[in-house]
Amino acid sequence: MNKHLSPKMNRRAFVIGSAAVGAGLAIGLDIPFGGPAVVRAADGSPEIGAWVVIRPDDTVVIRIARSEMGQGSLTGLAQLVAEELECDWTKVTTEYPTPGQSVARKRVWGDFSTGGSRGIRSSQDYVRKGGATARVMLIQAAADAWKVPASECTAANSVITHTRSGRTTTYGKVAEAAAKLTPPADVKLKDPKDWKLIGKGVKRLDTVDKTTGAMIYGVDVKLPGMLNAAIKDCPVFGGKLKSFDEAKIAGMKGVKKVVKVGDTAVAVVADTWWHAKTALEALPIVWDEGDNAKVSSASIAKWLAEGLDDAQPAYVGNKNGDAKAAIASAAKKVEAVYSYPYQNHATMEPMNATAIYTADKCEVWCGTQNGEAAFAAVLEASGLPAEKCDVHKVMPGGGFGRRGQTDYVRQAVMIARQMPGTPIKLLWSREEDMAQGRYHPITQCKMTGAFDANNNLIALHYRLSGQSILFSLRPEALQNGMDPVAFQGVAQSGDAAFGYSVPNLLIEHAMRNPHVPPGFWRGVNVNHNAIYMECFMDELAQAAGQDPLEFRRKLMGNHPKHLAVLNAVAEKIGWDTPAPQGVYRGIAQVMGYGSYVAGAAEISVTDGSKIKVHRIVASTDPGYIVNPAQVERQIAGSFVYGLSALFYGGCTVKDGKIEQTNFDTYNSMRINEMPKVESVMVPSGGFWGGVGEPTIGVAAPAVLNAYFAATGKRIRSVPLRDQNITFA
Amino acid sequence: MANLTINGKTFTLDVEPDTPLLWAIRENAGLTGTKYGCGIAQCGACTVHMDGVAMRSCGISVSEAEGKKITTIEGLSSADSLHKVQEAWIAQDVPQCGYCQSGMIMAVAALLNEKPKPTDADIDEAITNICRCGTFQQVREAIHTIASA
Repeated sequence: MNKHLSPKMNRRAFVIGSAAVGAGLAIGLDIPFGGPAVVRAADGSPEIGAWVVIRPDDTVVIRIARSEMGQGSLTGLAQLVAEELECDWTKVTTEYPTPGQSVARKRVWGDFSTGGSRGIRSSQDYVRKGGATARVMLIQAAADAWKVPASECTAANSVITHTRSGRTTTYGKVAEAAAKLTPPADVKLKDPKDWKLIGKGVKRLDTVDKTTGAMIYGVDVKLPGMLNAAIKDCPVFGGKLKSFDEAKIAGMKGVKKVVKVGDTAVAVVADTWWHAKTALEALPIVWDEGDNAKVSSASIAKWLAEGLDDAQPAYVGNKNGDAKAAIASAAKKVEAVYSYPYQNHATMEPMNATAIYTADKCEVWCGTQNGEAAFAAVLEASGLPAEKCDVHKVMPGGGFGRRGQTDYVRQAVMIARQMPGTPIKLLWSREEDMAQGRYHPITQCKMTGAFDANNNLIALHYRLSGQSILFSLRPEALQNGMDPVAFQGVAQSGDAAFGYSVPNLLIEHAMRNPHVPPGFWRGVNVNHNAIYMECFMDELAQAAGQDPLEFRRKLMGNHPKHLAVLNAVAEKIGWDTPAPQGVYRGIAQVMGYGSYVAGAAEISVTDGSKIKVHRIVASTDPGYIVNPAQVERQIAGSFVYGLSALFYGGCTVKDGKIEQTNFDTYNSMRINEMPKVESVMVPSGGFWGGVGEPTIGVAAPAVLNAYFAATGKRIRSVPLRDQNITFA
Repeated sequence: MANLTINGKTFTLDVEPDTPLLWAIRENAGLTGTKYGCGIAQCGACTVHMDGVAMRSCGISVSEAEGKKITTIEGLSSADSLHKVQEAWIAQDVPQCGYCQSGMIMAVAALLNEKPKPTDADIDEAITNICRCGTFQQVREAIHTIASA
């Protein structure tokens, strides 16, 4: 439970929704004398447990607590509920409960946060139970009406059948009666072998409006009397707003108000956003930039490089044997230093939120990956208690981790608070979005590998130096100062475990936190850890005079699931057969977010600097696959995001500010640069891994290893544009 | 004041002549299907048709658009049926977040007007929109599906 949520809930308020834009659902409680409560949706249809509403016309409304942001979880979560509900999939629709409603109902829908590839894997158990609970209640209601035992009734496709008599009824007909029943305390879930809908690549439920322009994103929200705000925050992180000369823009068209937003930002409120932005650009602003204005990419790199020195303190994340001693006495050793830069999420839709504030109420409409965190931000920024606040989630134009943060929500409320009663839509310009990111953290890594006289790898020392996300965003999650998430992909155990057995191993992190604010960026720490580890694995294989795949296989005997996806990729790309003339291959594997993944690339290189990617093969073992069509799209998309970062990304710092301002300086791959991604899905069952992020980890190392195969040159820093390497 | 012909309808809008067409469409005409992504004609999220040609509306001023026939995503379909690109997008489940897809669809519709059976090379040359979700594979497949119909 979020610490900002007020415990003083108004439990007597039994209508707690809003019928305003953004498809919020309203809920009413029917409390007839002497009977149990029926909870009703906005249109009066009864709720059959918290996850399912059945309308009289048999429409099935499934509640989704996690956020859809393009990754397809909304459809996958509905499939999970529908599988157990035994409803007619063609009659399924979805709706978001609001965080305010959730809090009022003791978080009946659980966690809203949608990051870390958790959407499905962390809610699959209780949403399936939600579907099963509703099914049991619906069957019981039919059995009661027929005066037969429920055990003689079955349900399929929203139809309940009394097997002995052949009588049938539909969910819509018994929903009212079912809603009055007490939900069963425990329900049994199906054996995965009996799944009919889970595992099927059904079409997404939210596509049509995305093809007609009708889908409402945050940027499209319209409220009566709404004004628009453009904002500029101090470009040097940690700096403050000193002053601004409002008089200079007072006469500009459409300008209504210029407001200070906290200690660090200024916003112009106008009739249209174009007027607000135009006036903001003309507004003279003086910043108090502070000491951080002295920081540059070079100064950060120097500080991180110092952290690679063993004499400096570091947190040990994974260890066995005595790596330092083994390296000192080894027959042969190999050493390399790699680095990975800041990256901006650059969601297609820049950050925005619409807020209305009065003394009695504060409501926000926004795309968010974490409705509850956004709700907490509204409470904090408005100063109002929970029962007077709510957040209405609308479709985000991309998330990738950025919309798990709530800075833009807080800003919108802070502006709206200065204009009570007037709805304010705050939209960041692309330039503001580039300047005020929550960036993929910056790191360097020194790796040392040691061999015995027979070219067996006997020791590996992996020393990471750089930024911790948790230190900045969730310091309470640090473990005696150590950031456990920093070891994603190279951890001793858990959902991002190292996939190699090395007799003497030392993996450590010298934490150094520059002033640039870090954030969770699709793949998070797996991105750089997989590049470092998998590219260095290739260097070790080369030093041992062995094939990169065979070299890995020898270290993976105790890691059969890691090995299985690697083998699947090797087979699909045809590792054992020669590549076409002039084409070279690279391979990589990693574990992240509970899933085992591997990737292979076939590339050709012209003049040492022009890369054409001919083929990508990627495999994943996420345990279970709910919707293979969406998994395939997530895998392909993760390669576009990961390779965009490899080729074109990288945010640099000058005078304490981010230098990149828009897609001309922070480019993204286009269709001509991206080959088809061939997905190999090898779900082995028995566990639930994530899908949205894991495969991004193998995108860059597979291509970098192929680049070495093609040119004999190692690339140890990102992005490739810094080395004048680009797409052919 | 400016008179714009958008989706066959005339709009008399209270805008300055140098206002980007994108913002006149979104804020003054109230058609929000056309999206803001970069404001510097890099990403293509704001693509509309001007006299049948795909253009990035953030880089065109209202004065340049006056007298031209502008079509936005809302005007692509006819009253009773979706455009073939929209239908293919639905059949192929192309969009992920969908934010770039209005522009992507407008760019593809213009390409298919010009070249009903585009090759991969034609697609590579004509479709330069950014999609951060990475839907390119489905975009390409959907275009070929339309072309082979």
